[in-house]
Amino acid sequence: MARDTSYRAVMARQNEIMKKSLGMDYEEYVKGPIVFDYEAMMSGSGYTLEKVREIQREVGVGNTPLLELKNVTELVRRYAKPGYGARICVKDEACNPSGSFKDRRASVSLYHAAKKGYPGALAATSGNYGAAVASQAAMRNLGCIIVQEVFDSRHVGQPEIIEKTRKCEAFGAEVVQLTVGPELFYVALLLLEETGYFNASLYSPYGVAGIETLGYEIVEQCRARYGKDPAYVVVTHAGGGNVTGTARGLRKAGALGTKVVGASVDLTGLHMASDRDFNRKSFTTGHTGFGVPFATWPDRTDVPKNAARPLRYLDRYVTVTQGEVFYVTEVVATVEGLERGPAGNTSLAAAIPLAAELPEDEIVVVQETEYTGAGKHPQAQLDFARRNGVEVRRGDPRENVPGKRIVIPEKFSQLHVTEMPLDRMRRSYIRNAVQKNGLKEINAEEVQFLAEDSKLTPEEVCRILEELEVKVRA
Amino acid sequence: MSQRCAKGDWVMIHQIILEPHERSKDIPEDTAKVPLEAWIKGWANDSAEVGQEVEITTPSGRITKGRLVEVNPGFTHTYGPAVPELNPIAQELRAVLKEAKNRG
Ligand SMILES: Cc1ncc(COP(=O)(O)O)c(C=O)c1O
Repeated sequence: MARDTSYRAVMARQNEIMKKSLGMDYEEYVKGPIVFDYEAMMSGSGYTLEKVREIQREVGVGNTPLLELKNVTELVRRYAKPGYGARICVKDEACNPSGSFKDRRASVSLYHAAKKGYPGALAATSGNYGAAVASQAAMRNLGCIIVQEVFDSRHVGQPEIIEKTRKCEAFGAEVVQLTVGPELFYVALLLLEETGYFNASLYSPYGVAGIETLGYEIVEQCRARYGKDPAYVVVTHAGGGNVTGTARGLRKAGALGTKVVGASVDLTGLHMASDRDFNRKSFTTGHTGFGVPFATWPDRTDVPKNAARPLRYLDRYVTVTQGEVFYVTEVVATVEGLERGPAGNTSLAAAIPLAAELPEDEIVVVQETEYTGAGKHPQAQLDFARRNGVEVRRGDPRENVPGKRIVIPEKFSQLHVTEMPLDRMRRSYIRNAVQKNGLKEINAEEVQFLAEDSKLTPEEVCRILEELEVKVRA
Repeated sequence: MSQRCAKGDWVMIHQIILEPHERSKDIPEDTAKVPLEAWIKGWANDSAEVGQEVEITTPSGRITKGRLVEVNPGFTHTYGPAVPELNPIAQELRAVLKEAKNRG
């Protein structure tokens, strides 16, 4: 009998399809509607940091250079108050085989898929991760399907994503290009069922474990070169794996004093699933449209429990504007000789004003770069923005309006960050956890989990629960 | 551009995956009004005219069908024209760095 492939029927089979395609049973770790053993899930995959390093060495992933941005640092010191302006270094992740830190994630997933005998791997992503999965699949001679959200209903595509389609195909992958909509996951499920491929989810423990080496290498490199740990590691944040994996790696290396700062491009007001808004944004990742919802409710993904849980690790979360990231992309190309992709420079745009807050002898590490190419480039993206009715001009970046106006700074000293109130995000995470599970009452073990998952104390969690009129059982 | 594919040609097909009424209920109004569409590339299993239905074998070995839209589909995305708002930045900052160096 033919399987029912309607939207409803396939979504109803989601758990079953996931179990088969991930080869992992989350039930082992889940203890109730709220509580699950996060650390057991992370180590249950068996991929220790040492094992991950070995896997990555074999496929040429990781061990990327840490470059000191001397001219950018000099420009910061020109406007910072005397004695201020920390040294800015960047981890040149564009040196990975497919051009971004996403190779770290894909390396572990594809190693696992090969080991378990899956005929191939599938990922639903419009980002660099698709290229990473396709590249790792090519190395292991496995099949590969990448499902991408590319076009609006006029069949107009973001130049950045079309470049990603090209790159995935260059590695021999099949690419399914879709119009806008969250039903991307329905298509992914259908294809997993049809092919029996491994679900190379961005949010499995494999994917996140793969990023820990990035944080670990940063600490090793800083200690070897400067004899100290960075004050800040600034991380471009979207779905939260980047923050989570990097921060875990920093901790494993013992850099307990280093602050983890998330940075996203501000796209407030643009709806991620809107056909109309789709081509009014000039960034397809590293933005608040993913950064905020994923931090405040991680379990919205294609896996039962998300391994990416950024609120556990974030010390600070800031936003920058699209125009500032394009500006900084031009700056790093022309004064440092590093032509890199815009989205990966989100954390660099944030690191500049952050470095100005710190004394000269401190270090700020920008945790990644990504490759650039046709389409995935400030010229192509700004031209596209203009053609889609977005105003582009120079001026004060504070005049930026997402989807309407991109303002390229006139002066380096205009680069700024806007603080995202983490306390508010932590509170909204707790609200989501109780409301999405329909709970009016929770117990002490659940309070403890929520505290760990949001980096609050149990007392703070209880205060928030009280405001939400949720009772805590003794 | 050829209007016809032969068996074995690299082609692109188009499919309607979900009609508007079949879509998720949790999507914005503008998206809910339009179908979910897909474009997939592979090698044609038969000859066909652009606009006709054709079966393909994809790089992952799947067999699927759809309306033929292009033969030997390529990529035309570019680096775009020079952007006057970005163009002067190099000169501006290099002048600042030069001045800093001269001051010692
Ligand atoms: C270059 C680059 N930086 C940062 C991110 C954000 O990573 P995450 O989604 O894990 O937060 C992505 C992925 O979307 C990316 O491609």
